[in-house]
Parts: sequence; C-alpha cells; structure tokens
Amino acid sequence: MSTRSTVSAAFLAGAVATALASFATAAPLSEAEVKAAMDAGKEKCFGVALKGQNDCAAGPGTTCQGTSTVDYQGNAWKFVDGGTCTTMDLPGDRKGSPTELTRDIPS
Amino acid sequence: MPQDELQSGDLGRRFDYAAAFTAGLLDPDRAPPGAVSGPNGKAAVKRYAVYRNNVTVSLIDALAASFPATMRITGPDFFRAMARFHVRETPPTSPLLFEYGRDFPDFIECYEYAQSMPWLADVARLERAWLDAYHAADAEPLASGALASIPPERLADTVFVPHPATRAICSRYPVVTIFATNRSDGPVGRIEAGGPEDALVTRPGLEVYVRHLPPGGAVFLDRLMTGEPLGAAAAAAFAERAEFDLSANIAGLLQAGAFTAAHQGG
Amino acid sequence: MYGLAIHPTSRMSKTSRFPAHRVAGLAGTSFKHEHLPAILGDDPKDGFFEVHAENYMGAGGPPHDALTKIRRDYPVSLHGVCMSIGGPRPLDKAHLGRFKALVDRYEPALVSEHLAWSTHDTTYYNDLLPLPYTPATVSRVADHIDEVQGAIGRPILLENPSTYVLFPEATMSETDFIRELVRRTGCGLLLDINNVFVSATNHGYSALSYLADFPLDHVGEIHLAGHAEQEDDEGDLLLIDSHDGPVADAVWTLFDIVIGRCGPLPTLIEWDSDIPEWPVLKAEAVAAQAILDRHADSLFGKAHAAG
Repeated sequence: MSTRSTVSAAFLAGAVATALASFATAAPLSEAEVKAAMDAGKEKCFGVALKGQNDCAAGPGTTCQGTSTVDYQGNAWKFVDGGTCTTMDLPGDRKGSPTELTRDIPS
Repeated sequence: MPQDELQSGDLGRRFDYAAAFTAGLLDPDRAPPGAVSGPNGKAAVKRYAVYRNNVTVSLIDALAASFPATMRITGPDFFRAMARFHVRETPPTSPLLFEYGRDFPDFIECYEYAQSMPWLADVARLERAWLDAYHAADAEPLASGALASIPPERLADTVFVPHPATRAICSRYPVVTIFATNRSDGPVGRIEAGGPEDALVTRPGLEVYVRHLPPGGAVFLDRLMTGEPLGAAAAAAFAERAEFDLSANIAGLLQAGAFTAAHQGG
Repeated sequence: MYGLAIHPTSRMSKTSRFPAHRVAGLAGTSFKHEHLPAILGDDPKDGFFEVHAENYMGAGGPPHDALTKIRRDYPVSLHGVCMSIGGPRPLDKAHLGRFKALVDRYEPALVSEHLAWSTHDTTYYNDLLPLPYTPATVSRVADHIDEVQGAIGRPILLENPSTYVLFPEATMSETDFIRELVRRTGCGLLLDINNVFVSATNHGYSALSYLADFPLDHVGEIHLAGHAEQEDDEGDLLLIDSHDGPVADAVWTLFDIVIGRCGPLPTLIEWDSDIPEWPVLKAEAVAAQAILDRHADSLFGKAHAAG
C-alpha cells in the first residue's frame, strides 16, 4: 500500500482539537439508543459500544471433575441445522444455509 | 504390556506410564493401553473411555464457552462436531483453558462444512479477541484531555501506548452486527447484512466493549498500536481510505479507552 | 520439613492485603462468578470459598476483581488443578511461578493440589489422570511436592483422586502411597470423601476400610461432591466424579463418620457442572456445617455455647 507521506501539522492539530471538542457534546449512547440503532440497521461507527456480556460468556473454567456426558464417538459427522445461520443474507444473494452439506465423512 | 508404545527419554522406562496412557486419549479408534485394567482382571474399555470422554467433552465444552456466538450461529450439534475435529487435531498446550482456541478461527475458515458461512471464522476471531480483552492486564485508559497538553507542532511525532486489552479485528463481513446479535439474549431475526465491518475491542474498566471501526480506522489503529507516530498512522489511513475521518477516529479511540499513554517520539 | 500450620508463614514477613479470616471448622463451597451478586448480599458472611487456581492466572480483568471482593470477606482456599504433580515429567516452572504468585497475592487459608497429572509432553489433557502406585512414582511425586512447597513457602494439601482404572504394575495401595508422601514431604491431605466412595465402588473395595487405612491425622480439608452413575464393560456400576449434583446420602454418612473421628475440619462442597442457584448450593454447605457443629459440640461441650 502506498502511503501519503505527510499529514500537515495544522491539519493534525485541527483534527485533535475537533476530537477533544466532541467529548463535550457527544455523550455515549444509552442502552436503549444502542438497541434502537441496531434494530434500525443504522449502526454508527464508534456509536455502538456493545457491552461485553457477563460471565456467561467469560470463557471456560478449569475443572477437576469428570463428565457424565458420553462422547466416545470418532470423528463422525452429523449435520443438525439448529443455529441461526439461515437467518442471514449476504450480498449477492448468498444465503447462509449450509443444508447442501449433508454428506458424511467416512469413519 | 505395550512397552513399544512407550517413548524413550531421560527418565527411563519406569516413569513412562504417561506416554502409554495418553496415546489413545484423543484417538477413539485406538484400543485402551495394555498397562491399565479394571479390578480383579475386569476389562478397561469403558473405564478408559471415561478418561477419553472427560478429555474430549471438557475441551469441546471449553471451546463452546469461549465461542458462544459462533455456536449460536451454527447450533450446538454442528458446533460440537466441528470442535471435536479441532480438539483432536489441535489439543491445548497450556493448562490455562482461556488461552485455548487461538487456532480455532483458522480451523473454521478451512472447515469443509462451514464454507457456506464464510463470516463464521471472523465471528470466532472477534470472540477470541473478546476473551483476550477480558483477561488482559488492568490499566487506566488515557484521559482524553492528555492530548490537549501536547504542543500542536509535536502531534505528528506523538506515539500512543496501547491498552493491554485493545484489539482490532478486520472483516469482509458485517462481523460486529453478527457478533452482537448472536451474543444478545433476544431472538435472532433476519440480519440484513451490510458491508464489511471492522471491530474494535476494548476494556477500559471491567466491562469488555465491542465497537465498529469506521473506514480506515483499522489501519489507523494498527499503525498506532505498532508504535508508529500519529502523523504517519494518519497518512497510512488516508492512503487506505480517502474518506478517513481523522478527528472522529481520534475521538472514538480515546472514548473507547484504546490507549494508556501518549508521548512524543524521539 | 513443613509444619501443618493453617496460616501462611509469609504473612508474618509482610503487610497483609487482606484480613486473616479463620477457616477452622467451617463449611464452604466452590466459588462461581454467577453467584457473586448473591454472595455479596449474604449476611452474615459465614463459610469459605474455594477457587480453581488456573481460572485466576490471567493478567487482570473481572476474575481478579471478583476474587478480591470474595477474599475481603471470606477465607479462601486455592485449589490447583493442573500442576501435574503425579506426572512423570518435571513440573512446568512457569506454571509453578503463576501458582506462587496467586498464593502471594491472595494469602489463601488453604492451598491444595491433586494426586494426578494432566499434562504430558506438550499436550494439556484437562483431566485428572491416574498413576501407578510404585516406589519409583512415590519418589517422583514426593520430589514434585517438595518443589511446590519450596516455591510457595508453605505446605500443600494433597487430594486423593477418583479413579476408573488400575495399573497391574502397582505394588502399593493408594493409602500406603499417600502415607509415604506425607512422611517424605510433610504435606497435608485434602480428603475427598466423594472420591473415596467413587474409587471404592469402581474398584470393588470398602470405602470404610479405605478410610480406616487413611492417615486422617494429616487431613486439613474435606471435599464433598455429587457423582453420576454409568456401567463398566461387565455391566457393573461405574461411578463418575461429575460434580454436577447434590452430595449422595452414602457420602454424607461417610462424612459424618470422618468428622466424628477427626473433629470439625474445613469442608467444601464442590459443584462444577449444572451449577444451581446460590441458595441450593449454599444449602449443601449449611447441611455440612450442621454436621461439623454437631461434632464440635460433642467435642467441646458447653464451651461452644458462648461463641
């Protein structure tokens, strides 16, 4: 990538001044406003600060237990369409359904 | 006893029970090690399978806990089948399970059955970054007023110190929207996918935040995080995207708590 | 070489960050983050909490914030899961360093690890894997315990495992093996009574005779937990140490017997899967506390009433 060699000092100073001035007026969006913006599909860059969820998404904990769940199987493939992937459209009409992938890996 | 399974080493044969025991832990087609049994000559197939089961299920559970949005997109059965392949191919090397799954997004990108969800790997990358931010060192973010004290003529040389939690994830897909929708509690409706979205992950206090980065913002942040001064980072961002909004990016990064300090480079 | 003092010796040499809560005679539970708001609302603040050390080996963030809040109000037991003390390979020095840092930072009332291993070569298996009880392994494991105790500057409590297989090459019983480790290293013991019951069932011996042979004088903490039932290859009962439900009646009975012999030892309810709401877990600890208190009363008589 080619980079423009310089950004003038005056331009930088102006940008920083504008940035600092914006703090006085732009309070962070409230939760409700964030949700409304998401619902309307009008997310503003830097305007949506999604909270990082709580401890249910805090990652795995080390345990010192066994598990009573049985999973002896080999690398058997089993497709079950139980997720949300079919609810998304991508540009170019590429639908997010994996249903055409139903074959098994020979085990 | 299958001594041939035992690995040689400086510890001698008497300590090699671990090599024999682990040989089949991640390989369900392998017979249990001959070095173990049940009591009074009972068989050890199901008994050994308990350990194999504990390892496999607990590591799949670990990936499920670290990548909840990814799992919600695929559904749990799809996810667990995918995770099982990964666990057996790339088991953890650290006892810290929150470090596990660093290679999982790349695995997803190549995973045959996930090819129809090309955004899935980027969602996983964002979830991995989220977890890194969650466990990152605590640090006070740079106060926004700190830049005001830097003389205007020195701004171009100013170097920023990234906050330990700060991460940027670039995507060709609307990764922030997909992540946010699938990490919320509500039902997932039809997502009208927009254009590409780059994500900024920060944790200025105890809460992890995920934001959109505006056009050019990822390049700008990446350059600043690698120690390039403000002037050069801004020039790189303008070169990448002509519509790069310098003041909005500076304001956004400071508000997000992306840095801990700014000083004039030498 | 190490005394069985409950209180860390390091506390004497520096200013403590936390109050020196006493853990003697208390029942406690595993600490789960989802319970934090409920726990902080509890009054009175009785009992203690045990955490898995590895979950607090990140640099910062909410885990440390939560543990700091808990440690202010309660005694904390630091329970290591992944040191691989029972493994043939040398201990992971970086991991030992992280463990020591946690001991220094949180000044836990109790510090424990497992008679098991989980790492081999470069792979971490995330399970407590078994070892053959032989004179060769007892030396190796004793060296590892010495190394851990030397690093943290205090004795650890070593936990008896749940096992599902036996090693025909073994020449020592588990209780002889553990007694020898105590003799060589001065470590204390964490007696997991559910593990005793699980292993006894799985290997066809009596839990009571195991306990009769166990060096109870060196026990510094008790674990209680729930288990699950499966079958072995012959269709006989095979118990899984699953920590996913209430403590079984048989385990409560064994606990009562042990406390009758040992007096009121710090006792922890482990519950790591299908974690219930806080009141359900707390109720298990209350049940354990009642047994501890009943034996304390019979030991100390009326003197207890003033407490």
